[in-house]
Parts: sequence; C-alpha cells; structure tokens
Amino acid sequence: MSEINLSDAKITNAGQPVVLRLAGITKRFGPLLANDHIDLDLHRGEILALLGENGAGKTTLMNILFGHYVADEGQVLVAPKQGGDLGSLERGSPGAALAAGIGMVHQHFTLAENLSGMENILLGTEPIFRLVRRTGPARRKVEALIADSGLAVDLDIQVSRLMVGEKQRVEILKALYRDARVLVMDEPTAVLTPQESEGLFKTVRALAARGLAVVFISHKLGEVLAVSDRIAVLRGGRKVGEIFTRDADRRVIAEMMVGRDLPASRRTPRDPGAVLLDLDSVAVTGQGTRNSLAAATLSIREGEIVGIAGVSGNGQAALAALVAGLVAPASGTLRLFGEAITRPSPNAFARAGIARIPEDRHHDGVVGAMTVAENIAIEELRGPDFQRHGFLRFAAIRARAEVAIRDYDVRCQGPDAPARLLSGGNIQKLILARVLDRKPRLVLANQPTRGLDVGAQTEVHRRLLAARDGGAGIVLISEDLDELLTLSDRVAVMAGGRLSEARPTETLNRGTLGMMMAGHDEERAA
Amino acid sequence: MIRFEPRQDTPAILSILAPVFAAVAALALAAIPLAFAGAPILESYRLMVQGAFGSLFVFSETLTRTTPLILTGLAAAVAFRARLWNIGGEGQLYAGALAAVAVGTGIIDGPPVVMIPLVLVAGALAGALLMLGPTLLKLKFGADEVVTTLLLNFVMLLFVQMMLEGALQDPMSLGWPQSAPIIDSAALPPLLPRLRVHSGLILGLIAAVAVAILIRRTVWGFEIRAVGENAAAARFAGIPVTATMVRVALISGGLAGLAGVGEVAGLKGYLTSDLSPGFGYAGIVVAMLARLSPLGVVAAALFIAAIFVGADSMSRGTGVASYIADLVVALSLLCVLVGGFVTRYRIRLVGARKAEA
Repeated sequence: MSEINLSDAKITNAGQPVVLRLAGITKRFGPLLANDHIDLDLHRGEILALLGENGAGKTTLMNILFGHYVADEGQVLVAPKQGGDLGSLERGSPGAALAAGIGMVHQHFTLAENLSGMENILLGTEPIFRLVRRTGPARRKVEALIADSGLAVDLDIQVSRLMVGEKQRVEILKALYRDARVLVMDEPTAVLTPQESEGLFKTVRALAARGLAVVFISHKLGEVLAVSDRIAVLRGGRKVGEIFTRDADRRVIAEMMVGRDLPASRRTPRDPGAVLLDLDSVAVTGQGTRNSLAAATLSIREGEIVGIAGVSGNGQAALAALVAGLVAPASGTLRLFGEAITRPSPNAFARAGIARIPEDRHHDGVVGAMTVAENIAIEELRGPDFQRHGFLRFAAIRARAEVAIRDYDVRCQGPDAPARLLSGGNIQKLILARVLDRKPRLVLANQPTRGLDVGAQTEVHRRLLAARDGGAGIVLISEDLDELLTLSDRVAVMAGGRLSEARPTETLNRGTLGMMMAGHDEERAA
Repeated sequence: MIRFEPRQDTPAILSILAPVFAAVAALALAAIPLAFAGAPILESYRLMVQGAFGSLFVFSETLTRTTPLILTGLAAAVAFRARLWNIGGEGQLYAGALAAVAVGTGIIDGPPVVMIPLVLVAGALAGALLMLGPTLLKLKFGADEVVTTLLLNFVMLLFVQMMLEGALQDPMSLGWPQSAPIIDSAALPPLLPRLRVHSGLILGLIAAVAVAILIRRTVWGFEIRAVGENAAAARFAGIPVTATMVRVALISGGLAGLAGVGEVAGLKGYLTSDLSPGFGYAGIVVAMLARLSPLGVVAAALFIAAIFVGADSMSRGTGVASYIADLVVALSLLCVLVGGFVTRYRIRLVGARKAEA
C-alpha cells in the first residue's frame, strides 16, 4: 500500500493561508478508536474531499470539529476572522464553531419544515426578545449571497414544499449567512439527482473561488474527482493518505479507502427457474406518485436478478411496499410462490421466505434503541428458534447474533450494543445478516447500497449474487445504473408510477435506460 | 460556565442512582418552602420519616397507600413503554372499582376462592375495556389518546356518581351516594390483624414481577419495546403493531382496574366517588420516577406513598399544610426529568476563561 506523502502538498498550497487545522485528533468510543491522531490542514479557497468507508471516522472527525463531540486528544485550530495566527477553538462548543465561521450542511437536513426558507436562515441569529422583526437588512444580505453564489431558491415559501435540492441550498445559504469561512458538507449528493449534483458542484466551485474553504465528505470516487482540489483518505480512524486531485488515480484512491483490491462483481449466466413472484396488472393507490403504482406486470424467477431502474419517487416505494407485504394490491393479482395473495402481511412474507432490505435502513431497518442481537432476531421472534411458550430464548438469540456479526463482519461492540451506535454500512450488514442468512427464496433489495462506501457496496453485491446463485430470485430497486447493469439479468424502468417491461440487460445501456427513466417510451428510446 | 456534552453510553450505575438523587434533591428543594413556612427543617423531615415508617401502624398506612400506586404505576409504565400515553389510569381505577361492587356486593355469592378471583377479573376487565376504546380510536383514526383517556377520567367519575345515586346505591345508606358493601367472601383479606394493609399489596408485587418478566423476557415484551422505540421498523419487520398496541392497552387498563378493586375490596369495603385521591395520576409520576422499570415502580410507589403519609403526620406536628406532599411529589417528578437529562449528557463545569490555547 503506497502512502502518499504530505510534503509536496504543503509546498503547493503555500500561497493560501491555512484557515483550519486539525492537530492530532484522537477519539475513542469504548474499545473503538474512531479517530487516531488525525492531522488535517484546510486552506482558504480550497475544496478538500474527505473520503473514506463508512465507519472510517469521517463523521466523528466532523462532529469534533463542530463541537458535538470532545476529542480525547488533539486540537482544532482556526484562523481568527481578522487574520493572524491560528488559535485553538473551544472544545465541545457548537456555538464557538459557528462563531469562528465553521458552517455545516448535514446529510439529513436540519431545517424547520413549517417555516419559510428566509425564516430558517434567520433562525438562531436573531435575539429572542424583540417585538418587531426587522428582516430588511438580513434579506438584502441573503439576496446578495444568492446573486453571488447562484444558489437560487424561493425564500418565502414553506420549506416543506421545497424540493430536496432547494432545501440543500437553503442549508448552504444558512451557513453563508452566518459568514462561514469553512463549509463542511456531509455527503451532499446522497439525496440529489445527477443534474442537481452537477449544479451543486458548480456552486461549490464558485464559492471556493470567492475564498470559502470547503470540506466535502463523500465516498463516491467519481464526484470527489470532479469537484475537489485535494483528497484526504481516512480508513479505520486513521488518515492513510492525502493527494492533489489532479495527481489522483481512481484505482489508487479506491485501494487506499478499502485497503485491499476490490473484487469486481461478476455474475455468471444461469438459467432462470420457476416463477416466484408474479404481478399481473397490479395497481397500488397511494398519496402521490411516490406511493402509487399503475397496473404493473412483472415476474421474478428463481436464480435471476431483476433490476428496477428509475429516479427515486416514481413509484418504487409502492412496488417495494407491495413486495415487502406492507400494502395490498388495489387491483390486479399478486402471486407469491404460485399462490394469489389478497391479504399480505410483512410477517407472513418474511416467513414465506422473502428477504426484505428496506430503503431507509435507519428508519425502517432497525430499532436503534434495541441491541444488535435483538435487531437480528426481530423477524423470527415467533419462530421455534428464539422463543418457547412466548418466552425469549436469550442464549439462542445471542448465539445467532454472534455468528451473524462474525460472518457478515458487522463492526460493533458486541451483540448487546444498541444498534443506533452502528454506522450506516454496518447497519446494512446487520440487515443482510438478518434476512439473507435464512436461505431466502426471494429477495427485495431496495436501494441496498445507497449511502454506502465502496467496500460495503462490494459486500452487498457479493451477497446478492451469492443469493442469486443459490437459486433466489431478486428484485433490485436502485438509482445506480452501473449497479443495475452489472448485477441484473433483466432490467425494468419505473417512471411516473408505471413499470416498463423487464428487458435482458444485454439489450440495454445507460443511454436507453436514462431515456426511459426520463419518461420516454421504450420504442422512442430504442 | 456549565456545559453539556452528550454521552455515548450511560453507565448502568448512573441509571439506577439518578432517580435516587432526584428523590433526595426534591426533598432538599422542598426545604425552601418549609423554611418560609417557619418550620424547623430537620425536625419536619424527621416527623415525616417517623410518620411514614416510625411504627408498625404508620408503616401499614404507608403500604396501604403504596398498593394502588404500584398498580397504577405499572399501568402507566407498560403503556408508556409502547408510547401509548395512557393518562386515564384514574378513570380505569374507578371502572375497576365499579365492576368490583357490581359483582361483589351480593348479586352472586360463593366461597372466597370463587369470589375474590371474580371481583379481580371483573375489575381488570372493566379497566381494560375502558382503555380499549381510546386505543382503537387512536389506531383507526389517529385520535390523540392523551386527550381521550384524560377526558374519559371525568366521564367515568360522573358515571360512578350517577350509579351511586341510582342503580348501585346502597338502600341502607340513608340517601348517601355510596354502594352496598362488598360481601365478606369477596373482600381481599388483611395482611396483618387490626391493620389496614391488605393482600392487594401482594397482588401489586406479583403484578410488578409479572410485568418485569413480560417486558424483558417474553416475545410480547420484545414487541412492546420494539413498537415503542420505532414503530415503523417494527411494522416492517413483521411485528403486529396493532395487536401489540391493543395488548398493551388491555394490560395497562387492566392493571389500573385492579388498583380500583384493591381499594374497594381490600380497603374501603364500599364504593364512593372519593375512592381515589388521584392514584391514577400519581401512577404517572410513579412510572416516570421509576423510569418505566416495573420493579422500579415498587420503589417509586413506596416513596410517593411515604411522602403523602409522612406529610400528614408532619403537618400535624409542625402546622405546615400537608400540601407540602404534593409539592415534594411534583418536585421529584421535575428532578427525575432533570436526572434523565444527566444520564444522557455529561455536565462539565468550565472556567470563565476560554480553554487555554
């Protein structure tokens, strides 16, 4: 493993002053070393990408920077606003971080949904005890910021009515309004469409050109290479490398991130078997296109992966809810393993042998306050293994959890640790362990790799392919076209609540899929 | 300056000690109004302790008060575990008492082995059914159970008053709104001769152990915890959320109903509309003080009961109004909420200077 030297970085950036320095930051959570003596400099006007797998320590590091955590060792140093030498930032104080000009755009937005964009921007900057709200000067400042940065957004409508990309702009404006000199963006593209991401990159570059220093946290190599000036890679809590983006090589960085060669996901041709799941003109009525499905016809056979492409919010949620047993068809016939289902239930579906991987793994996948072991056992509670006469068999639950933790490499403090302490990738591994370890006949994988780093993604792909080769049929709902084209035997597209016919992957490419996702007919696209 | 930092893990010892400290802090804070009232503080507390624990007689009184609080405390604790906000313990208590007098005042007669289980089952069933309605409304229409259960308390109390002046009025009561007495074979036997503490206490202790086992060791308990902590994930994982909620409602209402049976069949002997001085509401405080732990409920109930009984005796000795008991109970609830904060955050005292560079 080549460790890239820091020394030449210092020389080239000598022109711009350092605005932020992390010196020897170390943080332990029990036996887990989340940050191990991390040093990092951030220069004025620079976009630094912080790259790393889930659990590499990126979020912990930023939480320390922002005062949410207190480092066990090390210091955060910032340049004073009026210039001069670096001074240390008060530890564990988000207020001090804000005052020093450090702004953060969280992956999950922190906006008050019932207020307007303008009110959200002002929130917390105004004195509480004032009778009249004077927004004139503030408004002029925000409008100037919008004009300078190109962050166009309607300031006066309720945030709940804004699109995701617009909400993110409000978040950025909020930070800029507070005179942020350092902007930390935690996986900002996770929620954006490719077009929105492209727009964001332009904005970020424009802001950097005006002197803003940006920390761009991500695990997507492509976008990091596209947007950043410099890349720092974290792995296992340590900084394992730092490199200028123009000198960077995709492969080297990927290896730095995961610390091993990435096995490419490859599927071997296989004859599909009997039909497992059959949708015949099944419609689901729900609120909005997100939760509606119009007369979908689809069949999944043994030993094949059927990919469902589409921009999120086009009815995939309805399809997933159908296959997960959460909703009943409003019309049409759903046949599962040959039997028509009229009254589905998640429990019955799970017991019948469907492995269900939910889209929102934090919200629907785990009960955060309960332990890892309990979350692994949760679907099989009423089976003979984990209870007798209604009493839980703790030894069996624990034993199962220990095997799962080992086999699926779930990084946690043990079976009794609360699931909420796990990182996103490890929560996904926990869910995989829960559902795949039972030799499922059908797998529903809804956005299984969204928000995961390369290592965890590869692991998910490997597990799905293994399940397929073991004879399971898989419904793979994803927005990642590369993922779909590599894994799927057939791909169907969802647009506006309609599901296209599933076509063999060999006959498709990114272009045709993209056209179909945008709502064009297959015929015209082909 | 004081600063709060979120804790990663809460040390187990702190979770246990926090309520104890909260209780002590509440007593310490209550010393302030005591001092204003001109009472000698240490002497007042000595009288309070003596009044609650000083003799077998007063201890029996304390335990008599503890009995309904254990049951209403458990009722709240079980429901709150599932995020079912049952504020209707008071109404369910009265429903249980009403059912007990309906079957236990002579309509049916039999040996105690038949009659005692009968009044208990009738009372539990009545409380459970009273909680079932608001829960179904919540599940079906999203009606806020805080409002519905709270309002049902008043409905139930008025219903009891109506019955006591009508169908269930004792013909021998000379017009007083009270029920006929519970017949001897249906009465819960006293635990000690010539003292008021009755076998309802044993019932409460058994219930506490049973609820503790239910929550920690059974599939039902697992489901209750899962639904309470994250209903969406529980539903996705195939846990029957509706059935679990209904189950919790029945258990919670049933426990509160049992408290009513205990009061009427173990203590008073007949039903009046002032049977409970707010045991249903105090049960919520007990559950919070116990941090929803079923065994903790027993300790919290004893604490609250001792405050009430002890304050009576203190007020006789010092002339301070026994309202001081309500004050201590309210303060202990506040202190427990602060205590809960302490278990989740680490509090650091920081010097006025900024940390040295």
